Amino acid sequence: MSSSSGSPESWISSFCSLLGHEYFAEVSEEFIEDDFNLTGLQTQVAMYKEALEMILDVEPEDDDDDDEEDEEEDEDISGDGRDGLTGRERRHHSRIASDLSVIESSAEMLYGLIHQRFICSRAGIQQMSEKYELNHFGVCPRTNCNMTRALPVGLSDIPGEDTVKLFCPSCLDVYVPPNSRFQTVDGAFFGRTFGALFLLTFPDYDLTKSGSEAIANIPRTADDHQNINGMWARNIAPGLGKGKVYEPKIYGFRVSEMARSGPRMQWLRKKPDDVHVLDEARYFAEEHGESDDDDESMNTPGRAIAKRRAPGNARLRQRQGQNGSPMSIEANGQETEL
Amino acid sequence: MAAMDDYVSESDSDYTSYWRDWFISSRGNEYFCEIDEDYLTDRFNLTGLNTEVQYYQYALDLITDVFDLDCDDEMRETIEKSARHLYGLVHARYVVTTRGLAKMLEKYKKCDFGKCPRVMCNSHPLLPMGLSDVPNLKAVKLYCARCEDVYNPKSTRHSSIDGAYFGTSFHNILFQVYPALVPAKSAERYVPRVFGFKVHAAAALVRWQNKERNDMRRRLRKMEVDSGFKDGEDELEDDEEDEEAEEGGGPARLEYRGAPGGFITGPAHDGQMGGVA
Repeated sequence: MSSSSGSPESWISSFCSLLGHEYFAEVSEEFIEDDFNLTGLQTQVAMYKEALEMILDVEPEDDDDDDEEDEEEDEDISGDGRDGLTGRERRHHSRIASDLSVIESSAEMLYGLIHQRFICSRAGIQQMSEKYELNHFGVCPRTNCNMTRALPVGLSDIPGEDTVKLFCPSCLDVYVPPNSRFQTVDGAFFGRTFGALFLLTFPDYDLTKSGSEAIANIPRTADDHQNINGMWARNIAPGLGKGKVYEPKIYGFRVSEMARSGPRMQWLRKKPDDVHVLDEARYFAEEHGESDDDDESMNTPGRAIAKRRAPGNARLRQRQGQNGSPMSIEANGQETEL
Repeated sequence: MAAMDDYVSESDSDYTSYWRDWFISSRGNEYFCEIDEDYLTDRFNLTGLNTEVQYYQYALDLITDVFDLDCDDEMRETIEKSARHLYGLVHARYVVTTRGLAKMLEKYKKCDFGKCPRVMCNSHPLLPMGLSDVPNLKAVKLYCARCEDVYNPKSTRHSSIDGAYFGTSFHNILFQVYPALVPAKSAERYVPRVFGFKVHAAAALVRWQNKERNDMRRRLRKMEVDSGFKDGEDELEDDEEDEEAEEGGGPARLEYRGAPGGFITGPAHDGQMGGVA
């Protein structure tokens, strides 16, 4: 991947090529070397300094040139070897074996926690978008989502609580990854923020595309320029709504809601036929006049939006001419004043 | 019934010669149950299938283990294929009979059809289903009774099975016949968040969906029908939450409760924010 971590035998790239670690991005060394990015991790990881050295392939002072490190090689069953490396020759430690295995697991934990932060940074989310385009994360198992690409997410930011899950941007739900090898990957290594932040950062991906198709940006027809609640109208849960809700039938007859076994969960897959109904802010503005224009930047955070329709309604803004470059977006929404 | 079940599970020695036994125990056919001999030999149950299946009589003979035609391998292969197709079509009819339902229920309880991939369904067992009763149109799908949605099978060996071999009605009939098996529904759901804040577009949709759910529950209460939600008291909370949300009005809002794991503050998060800036 487009990582700046130099040689292919680095600890990071061999970690990312392990079986089951397909979802991980390669955290750049600059990111790790910036102490600010590691704030607070010392207290969360045992043998922090050693683990950090291991991740960065820094030789500890006392160095001899034996080829040992059995623990690592045991774990290194990178059968698929995506990057064509086996991790056989890596930096050498002169530590006793038990120590090494502790450091190794600490390093994995530390890497995961750094990874959680990295994929929310500019470089990291960009790298994840490349993986997304290459369909590294798999697709949504829901039939009506039509194999939409999914994103890896955690349900907790605290390690050890739950494994990694897949977030489907088409139905806004989370699923267990199909392969059991992901059931050993901690969800906290991806974190709760990444999935939603990804969609906010890259609003122009056409979420109706299936995983087998090449990912594309939303075509620029006039109709698609509808921006509702900070997202393109057609990107708001495209897998939900009319025709995408399962209707139970027996011999062609719908099962009544009044039956004990009748449908009860259709709300979960419903969407208003006209998504403009969801534009609560606009309805509020229409009801209450426009006395409160000064908080408009609050309503469109981080999005460059220019006035385009509904004259007399300052809240309704359209994004223009941005061509989806996510990195041009200022974190605190100064551009909304364009 | 019990005798039949033993028969099904016993795939070794004595029974390997039986075609049906071989069929249901072969890899990829885990979703099928064994059709009774009685059912297969009653011609009424097979009405109309003779026009659907090539070499119908030979295929039926093969299924019922009375096949004795001397033919070349190519012919044998064709008949074998027809037999599998015929078995599937009869299967769709068989699984909605009392005995068929009972057999499929056993398999359902053993999770033979897999578990729901949706996180909030907590690995609820699935049921096979078709999206069409006409063969060769749609592959088999899996139905989760908890979220009432349809999923693709994980494995490609299952996703190539014809959905018509299970039909569009079977899984719904199962819950009509065994209403006690209808799982408790839950309003628990995933809400996308960024640094603990709900995302406006998704949160607005969630509020709308919650309103739909509460409307439905009110409707059912009026008709005095059990809504089947295990958490009877959450309705009120949802209403409260809606109101709060309206007051908030903003794109995102701090949520101190209801978050899995809670909203976390502290250096870890400060650091994370730093990473973005």
